[in-house]
Amino acid sequence: MSTPVSDNAAGLLIIGSSQAGVQLAVSLRALGYEPPITLLGDENHRPYQRPALSKEFLQGAITKESLIYRTQDYWDEHRIRVVRNERIIRIDKRDDGSGVAHSMSGAEIPFDRLALTVGARARRLLLEGVDLPGVLYLRNADDALELKARVPMVKDVVVIGGGFIGIEAAASLNKMGRTVTLLEAGPRLVGRAVGEETSAYLLAHHREHGVDVVLDAEVRRIVGAGDRVAGVELADGRVITADLVLIGVGVIPNTELAESIGLACDNGIRVDEHALASDGVTVAVGDVANLPNPVPGAPVGDRIRFESVNNAVEQAKVAAYAIVGRPEEYAGVPWFWSNQADLKLQIAGLSAGHDRTVVRSDPAKGKHSVLYYRGGAIIAADCVNAPLDFMAVKAAIAAGAAIPADEAADPAVQLKAITITREQS
Amino acid sequence: MPTITYTDATGAARSVEATVGDSVMETAVRNGVPGIVAECGGSLSCATCHVFVDADDFASLPAMEEMEDEMLWGAAVDRQDTSRLCCQIKVTDGMDLHVTTPETQV
Repeated sequence: MSTPVSDNAAGLLIIGSSQAGVQLAVSLRALGYEPPITLLGDENHRPYQRPALSKEFLQGAITKESLIYRTQDYWDEHRIRVVRNERIIRIDKRDDGSGVAHSMSGAEIPFDRLALTVGARARRLLLEGVDLPGVLYLRNADDALELKARVPMVKDVVVIGGGFIGIEAAASLNKMGRTVTLLEAGPRLVGRAVGEETSAYLLAHHREHGVDVVLDAEVRRIVGAGDRVAGVELADGRVITADLVLIGVGVIPNTELAESIGLACDNGIRVDEHALASDGVTVAVGDVANLPNPVPGAPVGDRIRFESVNNAVEQAKVAAYAIVGRPEEYAGVPWFWSNQADLKLQIAGLSAGHDRTVVRSDPAKGKHSVLYYRGGAIIAADCVNAPLDFMAVKAAIAAGAAIPADEAADPAVQLKAITITREQS
Repeated sequence: MPTITYTDATGAARSVEATVGDSVMETAVRNGVPGIVAECGGSLSCATCHVFVDADDFASLPAMEEMEDEMLWGAAVDRQDTSRLCCQIKVTDGMDLHVTTPETQV
């Protein structure tokens, strides 16, 4: 990797072997893009999927091998050069979008065009004791491997952060027989992504299954005993015993490289509806991108940054179209999922700005959906163990169809059956 | 070795040697078989790995669970009697499975 490749073989350099990076490379080849593609990552792993790290992989339900996106044969056949364990620290970029990337190991990688799929990193907590052995984060495969290796040796776990990662990991570790306390600084779980009714449902569910959830928890410090973690001290003086502390308090988009080459950044790399950054040629895709809200009917000028597989995949396809010169505008219904031990949460659409909610609850079947409306139109749903509701709402939003709120409250009614398409209305 | 044959909506077929224990979805995706999207990586959340199993092979598969059955109702192309989400079909010793992918998954 230390030999520079000649300029005429430069092609596209994708920095970040992420879901977005992999999808971009794959989509480009599917669209007939011919120039060389280099897919470069800073981890010493083959490109892999992250979502299972806090769930099936942690629980031992699947192996490391099932996280791998593609066989080496696939990469070879499609002439995608996969480079691992190289961290880009500097980029020289010309006005036409070409340039050279310099890695920490001294490699120089020339490119005709650049794609940044560099994702986000775990936000670090600035607290006394965070550097103690046994205090972990969970973002990448090495984090997951370390966590997995420690689990057999621990009994009491404290998870700091009641977002998706925190809850998924807490539910997994609880299922694995550990005593788990989940500390959330806010008044409810996943406050950033789901509505109040869903938060309340998740809280009751996880408490019932044995996770000790503490809301409005103010963590004062992490307590050590000798050279290892022993507990977490709250502001009220209470100390919760822990031989493992997992911190999941959100992520920070990795915008440093983009900023260094003068690309506009603001909570991510600012891109347009074709995934083009402010220089008009570099593309940025996935968790690192701040993009125009792709939801049909979203207010003009509304921008958003997603942390989701669905966005990484769909935005990468849009970026691929832009690169091959057949621009397609990014539009679609965002969706998300979170498996929390035996609970399956699926979210369709974005509930922000709703003015009405409808709860569909079927406790006997463990199903619980919350539908969100704005001005009478369905805009989103949080669905627990209710894939039919999820699918129906996702399809309705995509088609601009209506699901009458008054009828939707009856869980015996199938949403698909009461959906009114635009042609019918 | 177990073999999975994927036929697309136009009739083009591709046979892939599979590993016991992998899913039929994983086998397709890792080898770049088009027609199977599998956005959620096999966690039964997206219904984009929908396949029609050949009628003769269908009965030999273990029955599907309720969640898969429900997800199938939301597949992009309407389900048929032999529809499955292939992330839920495990490759077994000596398997010689034939599936057809729908026109679209999204």
